Amino acid sequence: MTQFALSTPTTGGSRFPSKPLPPRAGAGLKTGHIDAILSDDYRIGFLEVHAENYMGDGGPAHRALSAIRAEFPLSVHGVGLSIGSETGIDPDHLDRLARVVERYEPGMVSEHLAWSSHDAGYFNDLLPLPYNQATLDRVAGHIGQVQDSLKRPILLENPSTYVAFEQSTMSETDFIRDIARKSGCGLLLDINNVFVSATNHGWKPLQYLRDFPLELVEEIHLAGHAEDTDDEGDLLLIDAHDRPVADPVWKLYEIVISQAGPLPTLIEWDNDVPEWPVLRHEAMLAEAILDRMGPASMLGSRHAAE
Amino acid sequence: MQQSNQMHDTDHSEFGAALLDPDLPLPEGIVGPRGKAATKRFAVYRNNVTVSLINALADIFPAVARLVGADFFRNMARIYIAGDPPRSALLFQYGQRFPDFLARFEPVGKLPYLPDVARLERRWLDATHAADMDPLPSAALAAVSPQDLERVRLVPHPAARIVESRYAAVSIFSASRAERPLDTIRAMNPETGLITRPHHEVQIRLLPEGAASFFQDLLQGRSLGEAANRTHEHYPEFDLAGAISALLESGAFTTLRLDETTIGEARR
Repeated sequence: MTQFALSTPTTGGSRFPSKPLPPRAGAGLKTGHIDAILSDDYRIGFLEVHAENYMGDGGPAHRALSAIRAEFPLSVHGVGLSIGSETGIDPDHLDRLARVVERYEPGMVSEHLAWSSHDAGYFNDLLPLPYNQATLDRVAGHIGQVQDSLKRPILLENPSTYVAFEQSTMSETDFIRDIARKSGCGLLLDINNVFVSATNHGWKPLQYLRDFPLELVEEIHLAGHAEDTDDEGDLLLIDAHDRPVADPVWKLYEIVISQAGPLPTLIEWDNDVPEWPVLRHEAMLAEAILDRMGPASMLGSRHAAE
Repeated sequence: MQQSNQMHDTDHSEFGAALLDPDLPLPEGIVGPRGKAATKRFAVYRNNVTVSLINALADIFPAVARLVGADFFRNMARIYIAGDPPRSALLFQYGQRFPDFLARFEPVGKLPYLPDVARLERRWLDATHAADMDPLPSAALAAVSPQDLERVRLVPHPAARIVESRYAAVSIFSASRAERPLDTIRAMNPETGLITRPHHEVQIRLLPEGAASFFQDLLQGRSLGEAANRTHEHYPEFDLAGAISALLESGAFTTLRLDETTIGEARR
C-alpha cells in the first residue's frame, strides 16, 4: 500500500525562533519586495504586515510570510478589527486575528484607535471617534476583549484625523492615556499621524508629544503624507503613505527617540510603493537616528512623561 | 449633554451612509477645528473609502478592467461599491456579486462574456487563498489494482474550481491577463476552465467538452467508473486516458478513496 505524506504544519512547540522586535528600523512588508529582502545583505530590523492580508487559509502569501518570519522579527498590525465600533468586535474577525497571531508568533500585535465596520458594511478606512467617556469605555472594553482572546497585550495606535466632533470632551492624548490605563494596552506612536492631525486641527505637535504617555510607547510608525487644502483654503495634510517621510516628521522623531530611547521604528509605504532599495533607504535613515540617540540616551529613557 | 452624546455616539450608521453617498449631508456633530467648516475634510474620508475599494476591485478583476478600459472600470466600480459595499475586512473576498452586477449593467451589454471573465477572476483569487494541500501523486493511482480502479473516488483539492461559460471566457481571460490581443479569439465558442493550484501558482486549463463533464462528476464525488461511463454516454469520443493525465497534472485532487479506505493520507 502506497502512502504519502501531506504538507501539514508541524505542531507542538514553536514553529519559529522567538524574535521580539528589536529597537531598530523595520519596514512594512510588500509582496513585491520579499525576494529582495531575503537576499539583501542589509538585514532589516523587522517587518510588519497587515493581519488581514494573511487571513486566507493558504497560498503564496502564507508561504512568503513563513519564509520572512523564519529569518526576521515580525509585527502583526491589524487594520480591520474596528476597535471603536459601536456594534462590538466581530468575533469571527477576532478569531481570524488570533489564528494569524498563533500561526506567526509575532513579536508585536497592534491595532488602531478608529472604527471601520458597521452593520452596513466594512468601509476600508480608519474612521475617527469622538473623545468622551462613552467612547472611552467602549474602546477600552474592546481592547480588553482582544487581549483576552490573543492572550497578550496589544499596542494601540494614535490616528490621523481630518474632522473633529462636537461630542468630544477630552483631548486625544488624555483619551489615549486613559484607554491604556484602563485596558493595560501599550501604545504605538505614529509620529506622521501626530504631525498630520496637529496640522489639521491647529495643535502644536511638540505639545502633543509632551502630553503623550511616551513611557507606554513600544513602537514608532513613520510615513509620508500628502498636502491638500481644507474648506477655508488652509493646509490640510493627508496620511497618504505614498512618499518619503517629511523633514518635520524626522525632527519630531529625533526628539521622541532622544526622550524615550531607541524603539522599534517602522517605515510605512503602502501606496505608489517604490523598489525595495528606496524603502530600505528610509529605514536606514531611521536607523541612523536610533544609533545616534543610542545607548547613551538609553540611561535616561523610559521615564514617565510627567 | 449626556443624552446628546448617546444620540450621536450610536450613529456610525449615519456616518457610514454619508461616506458612501456624497449627496447626504455631513453627519451630525462633525466639525472642523475652531469653527471651521468640515465639508472638504469629511470628503477626505469619502474619497479614501471609495478609492480604496475601487483599487481593491481593480486588483481582483484586472482582466475585466483591461477589457473595458481603466477609466470606465473605475466609474463602473464606483456604482457597484455604492450598491454592494464589502461586508468584511477581508478585501480579498470582496466582489463575489460583481459578476452578477456586470450581467445586469447595461453599458457593458455588448460584452456578453464579461460576467464569466469576472467569475473566473473571482474564483482565481479564491483559489489563490485556498488551503495548502499536496496534489495527488501519480503513483497513488498507479498503485490501485485494475479491478478496483473504477470504484476510486477522488478528494478535490481546496483550490480546484470549474468555470463553465457559454463564451470563450477562459481564452479571453488568459489573453487579457497576458495583455495579448483578443482578435483571434472566437468569443462565442463555449469554454470550460479548470482552475487549480498544484503547488504554489494558480493555473487554468481549458477542458475539452467530455473532460469538463468528467471533472464535474469527479468533483461532485462520483467514482472514476461512474464518471467515465456517464461521460462516454454523451461524448463517445471522450479521451479517458488524456483526462486522467490532466487529472494528475492539474493537481485538482489530493487523495483517493476506495470504499472506506483513504489512500494518500499522511503516514501514520
